[in-house]
Amino acid sequence: MRKIFISIAAVLIAGTAVSTAQQKPAVDRAKADAAVKSAFPSAPADWQPRLVQDETMKQCSAHDNLPPKAVGEAIQKRERATIEYPADGQFMGDWKRGERIAQSGYGLRFTDYPPRNPNGGNCYACHQLTKAELSFGTVGPSLLNYGGIRKFGAAETKAVYEKIYNAHASYPCSLMPRLGSNKVLTIEQIKDVVALVMSPDSPVNK
Amino acid sequence: MKRRYLMFAVLGCALVGAASLATAQDTTEKALEKYRQMLRDDPWSNPALLDADRGEVLWKTAAGPNKATLEKCDLGKGPGVVDGAFAELPRYFADANRVMDVETRLMWCMEKLQGIPRAELINRPFPGGGQPVKNLGAIATYISSKSNGKTFAARMERPQEKEVLALGKELFHRRQGPFDFSCASCHADAGKRIRLQGLPFLGQPAEAKKVIGEWPAYRVSSTHVMTMQHRLFDCFWQMRMPQMEMGSDASVALIAYLVKNAEGGKIDAPGLKR
Ligand code: HEC
Ligand code: HEC
Repeated sequence: MRKIFISIAAVLIAGTAVSTAQQKPAVDRAKADAAVKSAFPSAPADWQPRLVQDETMKQCSAHDNLPPKAVGEAIQKRERATIEYPADGQFMGDWKRGERIAQSGYGLRFTDYPPRNPNGGNCYACHQLTKAELSFGTVGPSLLNYGGIRKFGAAETKAVYEKIYNAHASYPCSLMPRLGSNKVLTIEQIKDVVALVMSPDSPVNK
Repeated sequence: MKRRYLMFAVLGCALVGAASLATAQDTTEKALEKYRQMLRDDPWSNPALLDADRGEVLWKTAAGPNKATLEKCDLGKGPGVVDGAFAELPRYFADANRVMDVETRLMWCMEKLQGIPRAELINRPFPGGGQPVKNLGAIATYISSKSNGKTFAARMERPQEKEVLALGKELFHRRQGPFDFSCASCHADAGKRIRLQGLPFLGQPAEAKKVIGEWPAYRVSSTHVMTMQHRLFDCFWQMRMPQMEMGSDASVALIAYLVKNAEGGKIDAPGLKR
């Protein structure tokens, strides 16, 4: 996978000139911001941040998620700096809890307040994970046997933690949500999902 | 998008589970195909047609503080002209000095002709699961059914329309909210799905043409008619955004962008959806 990633990255770098040229003749950003603000007039005060874009969102939107090299590197650096690590240095929790988190799409929708359940990670919406679950999306790559393929390596386990915490740190403008940095999942929850992906006991790797 | 596709293809080849994956998707597709066949056998079996009929009655019935009907409502082809009007929407309306889609225009007519306050029209405008489409949505269903068989022909060449189109495109690609989603996250690639729900590539004419003309549609999973404004409201909900206001500039801009991508596509409304 790493090899593939590198070769794809090479293609990307070669394609930088093209993606700069493709950058949309943006509508006045202030206009888009205003349109979004007025489309959600009932949004309470603590929802206002959802109406504005942070720097990474702006850059990814402007480049249709294919940032030129320098922008991509700036995004990676900025996003990596937001990753918080478990205090005990352990990256894996309980895969059974992880499976529940991966199944759940609960949380942060306007029908989810006040919260009745913990937030989910919604992994199955985009990824195949266990063989048993056939209802999975294909926005992201299949993660079937992900840990096994990587020999359950420690560095790879840490990388999965980082991927879930902030996908842009390794893949700028990833379509995967920044589940840790955006406070969708807690550190404990992320550890549980890492176990689902990387533990030898997990049905993902059976 | 290319790189993700490539990565997926590479992984896909290495996958043993690929066969069972295809089976699960097939089952869903087959169920839907059955409904579609039912419609081909009997075009009148779409429950949405009952709402189109209700909409026609509502269009002709005096209502609101002014006790007026909507028969003088100008949908773009002159007061009261319904036939073919939907096929040319969204468009710029000089009287309102705004580009409007069918629902936004109906809101305007209900406010101006019938005297129904805007606040009332935008208050809970969409039905919950199992509830029938609201009156405005029923009228929109009627209007769209009167363009059935025509092709989308909204030219959107006036400067105001071009501006709205550009805004729609920008908003379609705008990432926002705690999941970092844009419309393009889910609708800018072919053959993708969320869980088992197919995701149409709405930024591309081929797929937009196929699906946009089917709205408003009877939605089998929620057993009611869903309008395009409601569809967007629901996608914003999935994006973890707040409640989108019906008829907001952003909603009109997104609809204009979708309809422009579907230009030349056939209108087959009301349609039937999963
Ligand atoms: C909205 C879709 C989406 C959701 C939800 C999502 N992902 Fe992803 N994920 C992606 C995409 C797209 C990629 C490929 C780009 C990248 O590597 O960031 C990816 C990549 C990954 C990778 C790296 C794969 C590789 O090629 O090495 C892992 C591991 C992963 N996701 C795990 C998860 C887990 C666990 C969850 C749930 C907590 C999750 N994802 C939720 C879309 C998603
Ligand atoms: C998290 C993924 C996601 C995002 C983001 C999203 N949608 Fe959707 N959208 C869906 C799904 C899933 C469906 C199909 C629903 C179903 O089958 O019940 C859908 C359906 C649609 C349809 C109807 C397609 C058809 O088959 O006729 C339109 C139009 C649409 N979305 C527009 C948008 C717009 C505009 C946005 C941005 C404001 C958006 N969507 C954002 C997931 C998403």
